[in-house]
Amino acid sequence: MAAGLATWLPFARAAAVGWLPLAQQPLPPAPGVKASRGDEVLVVNVSGRRFETWKNTLDRYPDTLLGSSEKEFFYDADSGEYFFDRDPDMFRHVLNFYRTGRLHCPRQECIQAFDEELAFYGLVPELVGDCCLEEYRDRKKENAERLAEDEEAEQAGDGPALPAGSSLRQRLWRAFENPHTSTSALVFYYVTGFFIAVSVIANVVETIPCRGSARRSSREQPCGERFPQAFFCMDTACVLIFTGEYLLRLFAAPSRCRFLRSVMSLIDVVAILPYYIGLLVPKNDDVSGAFVTLRVFRVFRIFKFSRHSQGLRILGYTLKSCASELGFLLFSLTMAIIIFATVMFYAEKGTNKTNFTSIPAAFWYTIVTMTTLGYGDMVPSTIAGKIFGSICSLSGVLVIALPVPVIVSNFSRIYHQNQRADKRRAQQKVRLARIRLAKSGTTNAFLQYKQNGGLEDSGSGEEQALCVRNRSAFEQQHHHLLHCLEKTTCHEFTDELTFSEALGAVSPGGRTSRSTSVSSQPVGPGSLLSSCCPRRAKRRAIRLANSTASVSRGSMQELDMLAGLRRSHAPQSRSSLNAKPHDSLDLNCDSRDFVAAIISIPTPPANTPDESQPSSPGGGGRAGSTLRNSSLGTPCLFPETVKISSL
Amino acid sequence: MNRCPRRCRSPLGQAARSLYQLVTGSLSPDSVEDEFELSTVCHRPEGLEQLQEQTKFTRKELQVLYRGFKNECPSGIVNEENFKQIYSQFFPQGDSSTYATFLFNAFDTNHDGSVSFEDFVAGLSVILRGTVDDRLNWAFNLYDLNKDGCITKEEMLDIMKSIYDMMGKYTYPALREEAPREHVESFFQKMDRNKDGVVTIEEFMESCQKDENIMRSMQLFDNVI
Repeated sequence: MAAGLATWLPFARAAAVGWLPLAQQPLPPAPGVKASRGDEVLVVNVSGRRFETWKNTLDRYPDTLLGSSEKEFFYDADSGEYFFDRDPDMFRHVLNFYRTGRLHCPRQECIQAFDEELAFYGLVPELVGDCCLEEYRDRKKENAERLAEDEEAEQAGDGPALPAGSSLRQRLWRAFENPHTSTSALVFYYVTGFFIAVSVIANVVETIPCRGSARRSSREQPCGERFPQAFFCMDTACVLIFTGEYLLRLFAAPSRCRFLRSVMSLIDVVAILPYYIGLLVPKNDDVSGAFVTLRVFRVFRIFKFSRHSQGLRILGYTLKSCASELGFLLFSLTMAIIIFATVMFYAEKGTNKTNFTSIPAAFWYTIVTMTTLGYGDMVPSTIAGKIFGSICSLSGVLVIALPVPVIVSNFSRIYHQNQRADKRRAQQKVRLARIRLAKSGTTNAFLQYKQNGGLEDSGSGEEQALCVRNRSAFEQQHHHLLHCLEKTTCHEFTDELTFSEALGAVSPGGRTSRSTSVSSQPVGPGSLLSSCCPRRAKRRAIRLANSTASVSRGSMQELDMLAGLRRSHAPQSRSSLNAKPHDSLDLNCDSRDFVAAIISIPTPPANTPDESQPSSPGGGGRAGSTLRNSSLGTPCLFPETVKISSL
Repeated sequence: MNRCPRRCRSPLGQAARSLYQLVTGSLSPDSVEDEFELSTVCHRPEGLEQLQEQTKFTRKELQVLYRGFKNECPSGIVNEENFKQIYSQFFPQGDSSTYATFLFNAFDTNHDGSVSFEDFVAGLSVILRGTVDDRLNWAFNLYDLNKDGCITKEEMLDIMKSIYDMMGKYTYPALREEAPREHVESFFQKMDRNKDGVVTIEEFMESCQKDENIMRSMQLFDNVI
């Protein structure tokens, strides 16, 4: 350990006196490093708590923050101490590392916080001492697992909106994997579940003896033979549905090879194959025995339920993960069975008419006894047999009881993990929504700031001041930054809804009954993206128009923005803003009215047609875009009666 | 369960005891007690003033030395194993355990098997703050393994081998088997005046004082502490 080395170095150098007289060559001169003694006490102030230590202590580990000159960055000359704005409780452990050479892990702190502190002070996590190393590793692994689950949940989780360009295949796959995303998928899910149940019940009922009519009362027939056509029809229907489902899944799967190899698809195949084999194989007496065997496989249809039940899946997963314990159980049981069967056989050999005819015959007795079933069909009669039989049953209890708790604890762990995953998914949704809200809040703050004319270099100073005074220094600088970016790229920021609408992704029969459709082509993506500055005004106006449409969807954010729009009077409208920097554009003041028309959404509809008329020739008709007005006399608060003429 | 310690020593008694424990299912309490070791003895050095008188270190130097020493050995003493381990950290390539043993014996002036802080500091004081004669004396003491006042060839050979062991395997030029022996021969040739096969303290001192190299190398120790 470095601490030891530093302390003992003078001693080791002094011990070199033993080599002096033996040296055949002159020894090199000592380095001029004045081992700067004058050991001083350093004061380290961590969030107000003062730690004092010798300078030598910190110098022991020169590749850490405190041991190197990096700590000079934190030196406060006024108070003569090193100030760190970190957690003082954690710092205690860090400092103890310097003192004792061992890094201990605090039990009650979050392991990630501890890691962050270590990273800050330049300590490698491998320095954690042996006493705490195991616990540290376990906690870290647990944390990492949990985070990995989070990421998986994020990726696997259903995003609320598929990318617009998803193909039928992707949509189909998504419907299969997450049935609750759309109604049709849910319906399909329940239908298949119902048919699985029907199929299984039919299989079961087939074998129940039906009371035949008096004529055939010689023996009772199972229902399957009494109503063969009915059962055959039901079976056919189920198999058809299962086949259809399987083929659809195969078609929709992103990776067909992987899908073919997955467990669920194997179960599907096994469920439907016997039917087809039965169809193909002719009704031959030789083969019918095999045919009958195949019908057994129909019972595997019940495993298809595992798609519908999470508990089943957990159980299957548990068994898979406990494979070693199960294997051990099986192995030890086999050993015990063989031993006891042998013993019992030889103990009972002498008896007449004994059941223990051979050692394999005695296996049955041993198994039944060890699992404490005790059917009583094979019973020892000699005294030795009885003694060994009782030992056998006692040991059976022990052998079985040992691996079971391991399996149980595994199941419990996986089950809780699953529950935790569900909880976390819900939390994720909330968190994502919050993040999205925060982001859009920032964007809208910027957009609103622009509406309010904050970008005006010179303007009606008073009004401007009123609008913008509530911004902090941070916001001001942030908005300035965004503005610079806009200027650099000749594009402007807008919000998500208006952008997606402008792309023509508005679905007419969609969620809301109100819609403004963007009819003609030039307003499509082409004009939006290909045009640069000269067309900005038009684009922006269209975006504004779209944003008004989105108001009708009840989005409060847009309403705020437009309310802001409305507050600012026409002279400060957006088009006029751009009229200033782009004087080369011959935008006429009609566009101002144009905007005013849009602004008047919350006002009674009567106003809008009047204002919008004069603005028809505006813009020189560069692109004929007509936004149809769909005025709906809805009882809603925001009647949408915007008639926006072409530019 | 501590009924009759004497009687329970006998094997029959032990068998009976274990059978009793098997039947009643009680854990044997004795094993727990046996595990408690005696806590290590803590050694405290004499006062700072006395050490100041005995050695040539200043007060501050003694403080620094003691702080380091106490940090490494909270019990106050170093035994041979620790000593070897500490010293081996400085020579990772070779095997320094033999030389460390010799050093340990040199530092352990009262031969009680442990080096206390006083021994440690006394040795350091001689080496680092003593006169040239003191140092040579100390070196002679180191070489004289059986402390009989003279160095024989065998003793010297042991010392030489231990020093060469510290070099390890990978040296340039490669270490030959007879290198220590040759070195010893040359040493004796230089030091043994009357050619009687041993080097006494007077011969040693005399020869060393005449040797330029040795005298010049003595300034090695000027600013170790």
